Amino acid sequence: MATPNTPLWEVFIRSRNGLAHKHVGSLHASDATMALQAARDIYTRRGEGLSIWVVPSSAITASDPAEKGMMFEPAESKIYRHPTFYEVPEEVGHM
Amino acid sequence: MYTQALNTAETDDRGLEDAAKAAQFQARIDAEERIEPNDWMPEAYRKTLTRQISQHAHSEIVGMLPEGNWITRAPSLRRKAALLAKVQDECGHGLYLYAAAETLGSSREELVDAMLAGKAKYSSIFNYPTLTWADIGTIGWLVDGAAIMNQIPLCRCSYGPYARAMIRVCKEESFHQRQGYEIMVTLCRGSDEQKAMAQDALDRWWWPVLMMFGPPDATSQHSDTSTKWKIKRFSNDELRQKFVDATVPQAQYLGLTIPDPGMVQDADGHWRYSEIDWTEFKQVLAGNGPCNRDRMAARRRAHEEGAWVREAAAAYAAKRAQRPTAQAAE
Repeated sequence: MATPNTPLWEVFIRSRNGLAHKHVGSLHASDATMALQAARDIYTRRGEGLSIWVVPSSAITASDPAEKGMMFEPAESKIYRHPTFYEVPEEVGHM
Repeated sequence: MYTQALNTAETDDRGLEDAAKAAQFQARIDAEERIEPNDWMPEAYRKTLTRQISQHAHSEIVGMLPEGNWITRAPSLRRKAALLAKVQDECGHGLYLYAAAETLGSSREELVDAMLAGKAKYSSIFNYPTLTWADIGTIGWLVDGAAIMNQIPLCRCSYGPYARAMIRVCKEESFHQRQGYEIMVTLCRGSDEQKAMAQDALDRWWWPVLMMFGPPDATSQHSDTSTKWKIKRFSNDELRQKFVDATVPQAQYLGLTIPDPGMVQDADGHWRYSEIDWTEFKQVLAGNGPCNRDRMAARRRAHEEGAWVREAAAAYAAKRAQRPTAQAAE
Protein backbone atom coordinates (compact mmCIF):
# COMPACT_ATOMS: atom_id res chain seq x y z
CA MET A 1 0.00 0.00 0.00
CA ALA A 2 1.35 3.43 -0.91
CA THR A 3 1.93 5.82 1.99
CA PRO A 4 -0.68 8.60 1.80
CA ASN A 5 0.53 12.19 1.42
CA THR A 6 1.34 13.65 4.83
CA PRO A 7 -1.35 16.16 5.90
CA LEU A 8 -0.70 19.91 5.88
CA TRP A 9 -0.96 22.01 9.07
CA GLU A 10 -1.00 25.76 9.61
CA VAL A 11 1.18 27.08 12.43
CA PHE A 12 0.30 30.02 14.70
CA ILE A 13 2.69 31.39 17.29
CA ARG A 14 2.20 33.81 20.16
CA SER A 15 5.35 35.82 20.65
CA ARG A 16 6.79 37.08 23.92
CA ASN A 17 5.32 40.54 23.54
CA GLY A 18 1.83 39.40 24.50
CA LEU A 19 0.21 39.73 21.07
CA ALA A 20 -2.30 37.25 19.69
CA HIS A 21 -1.23 34.03 17.97
CA LYS A 22 -0.06 34.91 14.49
CA HIS A 23 0.13 32.75 11.39
CA VAL A 24 3.78 31.97 10.64
CA GLY A 25 3.63 29.26 7.99
CA SER A 26 2.73 25.66 7.35
CA LEU A 27 4.24 22.21 7.63
CA HIS A 28 3.48 18.56 7.00
CA ALA A 29 2.96 16.06 9.83
CA SER A 30 0.99 12.87 10.20
CA ASP A 31 -0.72 13.87 13.45
CA ALA A 32 -1.19 16.77 15.85
CA THR A 33 1.57 15.73 18.27
CA MET A 34 4.14 15.50 15.51
CA ALA A 35 2.87 18.76 14.01
CA LEU A 36 3.49 20.55 17.32
CA GLN A 37 7.01 19.14 17.62
CA ALA A 38 7.82 20.00 14.02
CA ALA A 39 6.41 23.52 14.51
CA ARG A 40 8.73 24.01 17.47
CA ASP A 41 11.75 22.88 15.43
CA ILE A 42 10.88 24.79 12.27
CA TYR A 43 9.42 28.03 13.59
CA THR A 44 10.85 28.66 17.07
CA ARG A 45 14.59 27.95 16.87
CA ARG A 46 15.40 31.38 18.29
CA GLY A 47 12.85 31.83 21.05
CA GLU A 48 10.22 33.30 18.73
CA GLY A 49 7.29 32.11 20.78
CA LEU A 50 5.69 31.13 24.06
CA SER A 51 2.75 29.22 22.63
CA ILE A 52 2.03 27.33 19.41
CA TRP A 53 -1.24 26.37 17.74
CA VAL A 54 -1.33 23.89 14.89
CA VAL A 55 -4.51 23.57 12.82
CA PRO A 56 -5.17 21.10 9.99
CA SER A 57 -5.17 23.24 6.83
CA SER A 58 -8.25 21.39 5.64
CA ALA A 59 -10.17 22.74 8.66
CA ILE A 60 -9.76 26.35 7.53
CA THR A 61 -12.55 28.00 5.56
CA ALA A 62 -11.20 30.91 3.57
CA SER A 63 -12.96 33.80 1.87
CA ASP A 64 -12.69 33.80 -1.90
CA PRO A 65 -10.26 36.49 -3.14
CA ALA A 66 -12.30 36.80 -6.35
CA GLU A 67 -15.26 37.91 -4.22
CA LYS A 68 -13.34 40.35 -2.08
CA GLY A 69 -15.08 43.39 -3.54
CA MET A 70 -18.50 42.18 -2.45
CA MET A 71 -17.20 40.68 0.76
CA PHE A 72 -15.65 43.86 2.11
CA GLU A 73 -17.95 46.42 0.50
CA PRO A 74 -19.92 47.07 3.72
CA ALA A 75 -16.78 48.48 5.35
CA GLU A 76 -15.74 50.66 2.41
CA SER A 77 -18.51 53.23 2.60
CA LYS A 78 -18.72 53.79 6.35
CA ILE A 79 -16.19 56.45 7.10
CA TYR A 80 -18.23 57.41 10.19
CA ARG A 81 -16.79 54.30 11.85
CA HIS A 82 -13.45 56.07 12.14
CA PRO A 83 -12.63 58.58 14.89
CA THR A 84 -11.32 61.17 12.42
CA PHE A 85 -14.86 61.50 10.97
CA TYR A 86 -15.89 63.55 14.01
CA GLU A 87 -14.91 67.12 14.67
CA VAL A 88 -13.87 68.10 18.16
CA PRO A 89 -13.14 71.81 18.85
CA GLU A 90 -9.42 72.49 19.08
CA GLU A 91 -9.77 74.08 22.54
CA VAL A 92 -10.84 70.74 23.92
CA GLY A 93 -7.40 69.34 23.12
CA HIS A 94 -6.48 65.71 22.55
CA MET A 95 -9.35 63.24 22.82
CA MET B 1 -4.32 27.53 4.20
CA TYR B 2 -3.64 27.69 0.52
CA THR B 3 -5.91 24.95 -0.71
CA GLN B 4 -6.66 24.84 -4.39
CA ALA B 5 -10.39 24.42 -3.73
CA LEU B 6 -11.10 27.99 -4.75
CA ASN B 7 -9.57 27.60 -8.17
CA THR B 8 -12.57 27.45 -10.43
CA ALA B 9 -12.79 25.31 -13.55
CA GLU B 10 -11.58 26.74 -16.84
CA THR B 11 -14.20 28.51 -18.89
CA ASP B 12 -14.69 28.08 -22.62
CA ASP B 13 -13.75 31.56 -23.78
CA ARG B 14 -10.43 31.12 -22.03
CA GLY B 15 -8.24 32.87 -24.61
CA LEU B 16 -10.07 36.19 -24.47
CA GLU B 17 -10.54 36.13 -20.76
CA ASP B 18 -6.91 35.27 -20.17
CA ALA B 19 -5.68 38.28 -22.15
CA ALA B 20 -7.77 40.60 -20.01
CA LYS B 21 -6.74 38.84 -16.82
CA ALA B 22 -3.09 38.86 -17.83
CA ALA B 23 -3.21 42.63 -18.36
CA GLN B 24 -4.88 43.08 -14.97
CA PHE B 25 -2.28 40.80 -13.41
CA GLN B 26 0.61 42.79 -14.88
CA ALA B 27 -1.01 46.01 -13.65
CA ARG B 28 -1.09 44.60 -10.11
CA ILE B 29 2.60 43.65 -10.38
CA ASP B 30 3.50 47.10 -11.71
CA ALA B 31 1.64 48.65 -8.76
CA GLU B 32 3.89 46.59 -6.42
CA GLU B 33 0.93 44.54 -5.17
CA ARG B 34 1.70 41.07 -3.86
CA ILE B 35 0.23 38.07 -5.67
CA GLU B 36 -1.31 35.55 -3.28
CA PRO B 37 -1.92 31.80 -3.81
CA ASN B 38 -5.59 31.91 -4.76
CA ASP B 39 -5.26 34.97 -7.02
CA TRP B 40 -5.42 34.50 -10.76
CA MET B 41 -1.96 34.19 -12.30
CA PRO B 42 -0.66 33.25 -15.77
CA GLU B 43 0.31 29.58 -16.03
CA ALA B 44 3.86 30.60 -16.97
CA TYR B 45 4.18 32.65 -13.76
CA ARG B 46 3.02 29.65 -11.73
CA LYS B 47 5.43 27.37 -13.56
CA THR B 48 8.42 29.71 -13.28
CA LEU B 49 7.88 30.19 -9.56
CA THR B 50 7.28 26.51 -8.85
CA ARG B 51 10.56 25.76 -10.62
CA GLN B 52 12.50 28.53 -8.88
CA ILE B 53 11.14 28.05 -5.34
CA SER B 54 11.41 24.27 -5.42
CA GLN B 55 14.98 24.47 -6.77
CA HIS B 56 15.74 26.89 -3.98
CA ALA B 57 14.26 24.42 -1.46
CA HIS B 58 16.22 21.50 -2.92
CA SER B 59 19.39 23.60 -2.66
CA GLU B 60 18.85 24.22 1.04
CA ILE B 61 18.34 20.50 1.68
CA VAL B 62 21.28 19.31 -0.45
CA GLY B 63 23.32 22.15 1.07
CA MET B 64 23.16 20.34 4.41
CA LEU B 65 25.40 17.58 3.03
CA PRO B 66 28.75 19.36 2.45
CA GLU B 67 28.58 21.00 5.88
CA GLY B 68 27.13 17.99 7.67
CA ASN B 69 30.33 16.27 6.60
CA TRP B 70 32.24 18.27 9.26
CA ILE B 71 29.87 18.20 12.24
CA THR B 72 31.58 15.26 13.91
CA ARG B 73 35.03 16.69 13.19
CA ALA B 74 34.52 20.34 14.19
CA PRO B 75 37.63 21.53 16.07
CA SER B 76 35.83 22.56 19.28
CA LEU B 77 32.50 22.17 21.03
CA ARG B 78 31.68 25.83 20.27
CA ARG B 79 32.30 25.32 16.55
CA LYS B 80 30.37 22.06 16.59
CA ALA B 81 27.30 23.59 18.25
CA ALA B 82 27.36 26.51 15.78
CA LEU B 83 27.72 24.25 12.75
CA LEU B 84 24.96 21.97 13.95
CA ALA B 85 22.66 24.98 14.42
CA LYS B 86 23.56 26.26 10.96
CA VAL B 87 22.83 22.93 9.27
CA GLN B 88 19.51 22.79 11.16
CA ASP B 89 18.72 26.26 9.83
CA GLU B 90 19.37 25.10 6.26
CA CYS B 91 16.83 22.34 6.80
CA GLY B 92 14.36 24.89 8.17
CA HIS B 93 14.94 27.12 5.14
CA GLY B 94 14.25 24.18 2.85
CA LEU B 95 10.97 23.55 4.67
CA TYR B 96 9.80 27.20 4.52
CA LEU B 97 10.53 27.15 0.80
CA TYR B 98 8.79 23.85 0.08
CA ALA B 99 5.72 25.23 1.87
CA ALA B 100 5.85 28.36 -0.33
CA ALA B 101 6.24 26.24 -3.49
CA GLU B 102 3.29 24.04 -2.50
CA THR B 103 0.96 27.05 -2.45
CA LEU B 104 1.32 27.05 -6.25
CA GLY B 105 -0.39 23.68 -6.47
CA SER B 106 2.26 20.94 -6.42
CA SER B 107 2.39 18.53 -3.49
CA ARG B 108 5.48 18.18 -1.30
CA GLU B 109 5.79 14.59 -2.47
CA GLU B 110 5.79 15.62 -6.14
CA LEU B 111 8.44 18.27 -5.55
CA VAL B 112 10.73 15.95 -3.59
CA ASP B 113 10.26 13.12 -6.09
CA ALA B 114 11.24 15.41 -8.98
CA MET B 115 14.51 16.16 -7.19
CA LEU B 116 15.22 12.53 -6.34
CA ALA B 117 14.50 11.54 -9.95
CA GLY B 118 17.07 14.10 -11.11
CA LYS B 119 14.39 16.12 -12.94
CA ALA B 120 14.67 19.19 -10.70
CA LYS B 121 17.96 20.98 -10.17
CA TYR B 122 19.65 22.41 -7.09
CA SER B 123 22.43 24.98 -6.80
CA SER B 124 25.64 23.94 -8.57
CA ILE B 125 27.74 25.01 -5.58
CA PHE B 126 26.78 21.99 -3.46
CA ASN B 127 28.45 19.63 -5.93
CA TYR B 128 31.87 20.66 -4.64
CA PRO B 129 33.55 18.76 -1.80
CA THR B 130 34.43 20.07 1.67
CA LEU B 131 37.98 18.79 1.99
CA THR B 132 39.21 20.69 5.06
CA TRP B 133 37.79 22.60 8.04
CA ALA B 134 38.63 25.85 6.21
CA ASP B 135 35.97 24.90 3.65
CA ILE B 136 33.35 25.29 6.38
CA GLY B 137 34.60 28.81 7.06
CA THR B 138 34.65 29.59 3.34
CA ILE B 139 31.14 28.26 2.77
CA GLY B 140 29.74 30.46 5.54
CA TRP B 141 31.68 33.49 4.38
CA LEU B 142 31.28 33.18 0.60
CA VAL B 143 28.49 30.72 -0.22
CA ASP B 144 26.15 32.19 2.39
CA GLY B 145 27.40 35.67 1.51
CA ALA B 146 26.45 35.09 -2.13
CA ALA B 147 23.12 33.58 -1.07
CA ILE B 148 22.34 36.70 0.98
CA MET B 149 23.08 38.93 -2.04
CA ASN B 150 20.61 36.85 -4.05
CA GLN B 151 17.97 36.56 -1.35
CA ILE B 152 17.65 40.10 -0.07
CA PRO B 153 15.98 41.35 -3.28
CA LEU B 154 13.73 38.25 -3.17
CA CYS B 155 12.19 39.57 0.06
CA ARG B 156 10.37 42.01 -2.28
CA CYS B 157 9.43 39.37 -4.85
CA SER B 158 5.91 39.76 -6.29
CA TYR B 159 4.75 36.38 -4.97
CA GLY B 160 3.69 36.81 -1.33
CA PRO B 161 4.51 33.36 0.11
CA TYR B 162 8.00 33.39 -1.47
CA ALA B 163 8.74 36.92 -0.24
CA ARG B 164 7.62 36.03 3.30
CA ALA B 165 9.75 32.85 3.33
CA MET B 166 12.75 34.92 2.17
CA ILE B 167 12.31 37.42 4.99
CA ARG B 168 12.57 34.60 7.54
CA VAL B 169 15.56 33.09 5.72
CA CYS B 170 17.46 36.39 5.47
CA LYS B 171 17.04 37.08 9.18
CA GLU B 172 18.75 33.77 9.96
CA GLU B 173 21.34 33.86 7.20
CA SER B 174 23.41 36.64 8.72
CA PHE B 175 24.49 34.32 11.55
CA HIS B 176 25.72 31.84 8.94
CA GLN B 177 27.95 34.34 7.21
CA ARG B 178 29.38 35.75 10.42
CA GLN B 179 30.20 32.32 11.86
CA GLY B 180 31.98 31.46 8.59
CA TYR B 181 34.00 34.65 8.58
CA GLU B 182 34.94 34.12 12.23
CA ILE B 183 36.37 30.71 11.31
CA MET B 184 38.41 32.38 8.55
CA VAL B 185 39.68 35.11 10.88
CA THR B 186 40.76 32.48 13.41
CA LEU B 187 42.58 30.42 10.78
CA CYS B 188 44.26 33.48 9.27
CA ARG B 189 45.54 34.58 12.69
CA GLY B 190 46.81 31.06 13.37
CA SER B 191 49.87 29.10 12.25
CA ASP B 192 51.28 29.24 8.73
CA GLU B 193 49.65 25.88 8.03
CA GLN B 194 46.26 27.18 9.15
CA LYS B 195 46.57 30.27 6.98
CA ALA B 196 47.63 28.12 4.03
CA MET B 197 44.54 25.99 4.62
CA ALA B 198 42.35 29.10 4.50
CA GLN B 199 44.01 30.25 1.26
CA ASP B 200 43.59 26.80 -0.30
CA ALA B 201 39.87 26.82 0.51
CA LEU B 202 39.45 30.29 -1.00
CA ASP B 203 41.34 29.16 -4.11
CA ARG B 204 38.96 26.25 -4.61
CA TRP B 205 35.67 28.03 -3.79
CA TRP B 206 36.11 31.46 -5.38
CA TRP B 207 35.14 30.66 -8.96
CA PRO B 208 32.32 28.21 -8.13
CA VAL B 209 30.87 30.90 -5.81
CA LEU B 210 30.87 33.49 -8.62
CA MET B 211 29.02 30.93 -10.76
CA MET B 212 26.26 30.75 -8.11
CA PHE B 213 24.78 33.96 -9.53
CA GLY B 214 23.99 32.13 -12.74
CA PRO B 215 24.93 32.65 -16.39
CA PRO B 216 25.94 36.11 -17.63
CA ASP B 217 23.04 38.46 -18.47
CA ALA B 218 23.63 38.09 -22.20
CA THR B 219 22.80 34.37 -22.10
CA SER B 220 20.40 33.98 -19.17
CA GLN B 221 17.19 32.37 -20.42
CA HIS B 222 14.83 33.21 -17.56
CA SER B 223 15.73 36.79 -16.72
CA ASP B 224 13.45 38.85 -18.97
CA THR B 225 10.06 37.53 -17.90
CA SER B 226 11.23 37.18 -14.29
CA THR B 227 12.15 40.86 -14.27
CA LYS B 228 8.82 41.84 -15.83
CA TRP B 229 7.01 39.84 -13.14
CA LYS B 230 9.21 41.33 -10.39
CA ILE B 231 10.42 37.93 -9.29
CA LYS B 232 13.91 39.16 -10.08
CA ARG B 233 14.93 42.70 -9.18
CA PHE B 234 18.58 42.67 -10.22
CA SER B 235 20.36 40.85 -13.03
CA ASN B 236 22.83 38.02 -12.44
CA ASP B 237 25.78 40.21 -13.37
CA GLU B 238 24.64 43.09 -11.17
CA LEU B 239 24.38 40.83 -8.13
CA ARG B 240 27.70 39.16 -8.94
CA GLN B 241 29.42 42.56 -9.12
CA LYS B 242 27.86 43.67 -5.82
CA PHE B 243 29.12 40.48 -4.21
CA VAL B 244 32.67 40.86 -5.56
CA ASP B 245 32.82 44.50 -4.43
CA ALA B 246 31.69 43.53 -0.93
CA THR B 247 34.03 40.53 -0.68
CA VAL B 248 37.38 41.90 -1.87
CA PRO B 249 37.95 44.11 1.22
CA GLN B 250 36.96 41.18 3.47
CA ALA B 251 39.60 39.00 1.80
CA GLN B 252 42.15 41.81 2.14
CA TYR B 253 41.42 42.04 5.87
CA LEU B 254 42.12 38.31 6.17
CA GLY B 255 45.36 38.74 4.23
CA LEU B 256 44.18 36.21 1.66
CA THR B 257 44.65 36.49 -2.10
CA ILE B 258 41.66 36.12 -4.41
CA PRO B 259 42.73 33.61 -7.08
CA ASP B 260 42.23 36.01 -9.98
CA PRO B 261 45.50 37.67 -11.00
CA GLY B 262 43.64 39.71 -13.63
CA MET B 263 41.37 41.42 -11.09
CA VAL B 264 41.60 45.21 -11.08
CA GLN B 265 39.71 48.03 -9.40
CA ASP B 266 38.19 50.43 -11.93
CA ALA B 267 37.83 54.20 -11.59
CA ASP B 268 34.39 53.82 -9.99
CA GLY B 269 35.77 51.55 -7.29
CA HIS B 270 34.32 48.32 -8.74
CA TRP B 271 36.52 45.23 -8.70
CA ARG B 272 36.54 43.82 -12.24
CA TYR B 273 37.01 40.07 -12.29
CA SER B 274 38.35 37.95 -15.13
CA GLU B 275 36.29 35.80 -17.46
CA ILE B 276 34.43 32.97 -15.67
CA ASP B 277 34.89 29.42 -17.00
CA TRP B 278 31.28 28.69 -17.96
CA THR B 279 32.22 25.28 -19.35
CA GLU B 280 32.82 24.14 -15.77
CA PHE B 281 29.43 25.55 -14.70
CA LYS B 282 27.65 23.70 -17.52
CA GLN B 283 29.48 20.49 -16.67
CA VAL B 284 28.43 20.71 -13.02
CA LEU B 285 24.81 21.48 -13.97
CA ALA B 286 24.86 18.53 -16.37
CA GLY B 287 25.69 16.25 -13.44
CA ASN B 288 29.45 16.01 -13.90
CA GLY B 289 30.70 18.06 -10.95
CA PRO B 290 32.98 16.48 -8.36
CA CYS B 291 30.13 15.42 -6.04
CA ASN B 292 26.89 15.28 -8.08
CA ARG B 293 26.59 11.49 -7.85
CA ASP B 294 27.42 11.47 -4.13
CA ARG B 295 24.85 14.16 -3.32
CA MET B 296 22.05 12.42 -5.23
CA ALA B 297 22.96 9.05 -3.73
CA ALA B 298 22.93 10.53 -0.21
CA ARG B 299 19.53 12.20 -0.73
CA ARG B 300 18.01 9.02 -2.21
CA ARG B 301 19.41 6.88 0.58
CA ALA B 302 18.05 9.25 3.24
CA HIS B 303 14.64 9.24 1.56
CA GLU B 304 14.51 5.44 1.25
CA GLU B 305 15.79 4.84 4.76
CA GLY B 306 13.15 7.22 6.12
CA ALA B 307 10.30 5.44 4.36
CA TRP B 308 9.49 3.21 7.32
CA VAL B 309 9.20 6.26 9.59
CA ARG B 310 6.70 7.92 7.24
CA GLU B 311 4.76 4.65 6.95
CA ALA B 312 4.71 4.11 10.72
CA ALA B 313 3.60 7.68 11.42
CA ALA B 314 0.82 7.41 8.84
CA ALA B 315 -0.33 4.03 10.23
CA TYR B 316 -0.32 5.38 13.80
CA ALA B 317 -2.31 8.47 12.79
CA ALA B 318 -4.83 6.30 10.93
CA LYS B 319 -5.23 4.03 13.96
CA ARG B 320 -5.70 7.00 16.30
CA ALA B 321 -8.22 8.55 13.95
CA GLN B 322 -10.34 5.41 14.19
CA ARG B 323 -10.24 5.14 17.98
CA PRO B 324 -12.87 7.73 19.05
CA THR B 325 -15.39 6.23 16.61
CA ALA B 326 -14.77 2.74 17.94
CA GLN B 327 -15.21 3.91 21.53
CA ALA B 328 -18.40 5.80 20.73
CA ALA B 329 -19.86 2.62 19.27
CA GLU B 330 -19.38 0.63 22.49
